[in-house]
Amino acid sequence: MSVAVASSAVGPGNHAGFYEDEVIRKFVVATMFWGVVGFLVGTYIAFELAYPVLNLDLPWTTFGRLRPVHTSAVIFAFGGNALLGTSFYVVQRTCRAPLFGGAALGNFVFWGYQAFIVLAASGYVLGITQSKEYAEPEWYTDLWLTIVWVAYLVCFVGTVMRRREPHIYVANWFYLAFIITIAMLHIVNNLAVPVSFFGTKSYIVWSGVQDAMTQWWYGHNAVGFFLTSGFLGIMYYFIPKQAERPVYSYRLSIVHFWTLIFIYIWAGPHHLHYTALPDWTQTLGMVFSIVLWMPSWGGMINGVMTLSGAWDKLRTDPILRFLVVSVAFYGMSTFEGPMMSIKAVNSLSHYTDWTIGHVHSGALGWVAMISFGAVYFLVPRLWNRQRLYSLRLVTYHFWISTIGIVLYITAMWISGIMQGLMWRAYDSLGFLQYSFIETVEAMHPYYVIRALGGLFFLIGSLVMVYNLVRTVRGDLRREAAFERPRAAVAPNAAE
Amino acid sequence: MDLQAIWETLASLWVVWLIVLFAGIVFWAYRPKNKKRFEEDARIPFQDDEGER
Repeated sequence: MSVAVASSAVGPGNHAGFYEDEVIRKFVVATMFWGVVGFLVGTYIAFELAYPVLNLDLPWTTFGRLRPVHTSAVIFAFGGNALLGTSFYVVQRTCRAPLFGGAALGNFVFWGYQAFIVLAASGYVLGITQSKEYAEPEWYTDLWLTIVWVAYLVCFVGTVMRRREPHIYVANWFYLAFIITIAMLHIVNNLAVPVSFFGTKSYIVWSGVQDAMTQWWYGHNAVGFFLTSGFLGIMYYFIPKQAERPVYSYRLSIVHFWTLIFIYIWAGPHHLHYTALPDWTQTLGMVFSIVLWMPSWGGMINGVMTLSGAWDKLRTDPILRFLVVSVAFYGMSTFEGPMMSIKAVNSLSHYTDWTIGHVHSGALGWVAMISFGAVYFLVPRLWNRQRLYSLRLVTYHFWISTIGIVLYITAMWISGIMQGLMWRAYDSLGFLQYSFIETVEAMHPYYVIRALGGLFFLIGSLVMVYNLVRTVRGDLRREAAFERPRAAVAPNAAE
Repeated sequence: MDLQAIWETLASLWVVWLIVLFAGIVFWAYRPKNKKRFEEDARIPFQDDEGER
């Protein structure tokens, strides 16, 4: 099969010419680029909330228009490019087959996806939106994405079908579930009738509570299948590779996969507690959300326990630390999520900053950290470099972003719970104790802390970009390993 | 009971069928006979390192 070029220290995975890696390099660059853009816009709008003067009194720079730029940039541009790129890398290597459609189809998916991002973002800034959260792009952008997504599906499934490996490795199941489910969600939630052929405005075919339910069926499964299933695909390949040991339990990974698939799709109604949605539907959504504890924690344990017997690597390998800590954050946010879906808790947490904090512990802690780990793994291999420019910088990146995340989520917890409690506080005569503006005023210091947390995260990502640019240029920083395991003195030398 | 009625009765029990299907998957995954093959499948990411095979 491949002409394996015996390469330097990295070696594995370098089959020059056999695998289609050029397009993956582009995806990795796009991941870094859109990541920085998304974090930058996020930090800016966080400062806008703390200091509204930053709106600049211009329509294009108001929070309402920049917020979807931030969410789409981090979810679909940063996360999406990470998913597409890693899925092409993983599917080729675990199937030991070159990409179906080769460079041509791969490049169409790449450039088509970037065009989707630019179409969507330019629309938001100009005020073109269908006002569905995480599905803001108007009909023309939706149609374009559908074409690109089908091409992506063909690329992926085609590669799986021409595999030399009899079994389809579990990471590919997670990627495939992500691709198929996102296609289904995207099409159903975006069924819209354009008002005119050359106009941007359209109307959704759903109305009333059906529209709300369809939207949150989409919205929650975007979390479940875009931000979870796809990134679990990353987890099941990159953690074993970086730890150099197979996943803790392959059988658990099978059960993990199917529980996730069976349960996630029902959890959407928890976004609509205490609304016009029928009560039984709300309860159903709540119950399924709580049952989700099991697959989430099963998967988390599987990822973390892969290190069983090699825990010392956490101390010496900052890339592995990124990957494993991301799974710990996954466990934390998937504990918090079901708890918040319980109606009694939701009555306090919903519409407050607590939700924002929850989302970011998942998005920054899980999605972004595991993507950073995967990118650090990929760059030396894809560009055929001996190693990263600097492992010390990876360590700096890790700690700067971790501090940023902690600042962010603790600020939002306090702010959100305070906000919820102030909204429901009554005085002795039964009047609301606080006006809305008083709650906003009380939140100000936490908004500043949150923005600083975001700034830390942004700085961390710039450290990463610097490190990776130097790596691609072929530079190696002469440095002593930052985390040198100190020779431990064993009290009982006997084994 | 005509076919239509049987179909409707069975369809209304969809949640039961899904649970049975799921139990079947768990049985397949944890069947002792399959232990070895899944341990081998877990090594797929490393096959690629060994070059020719």
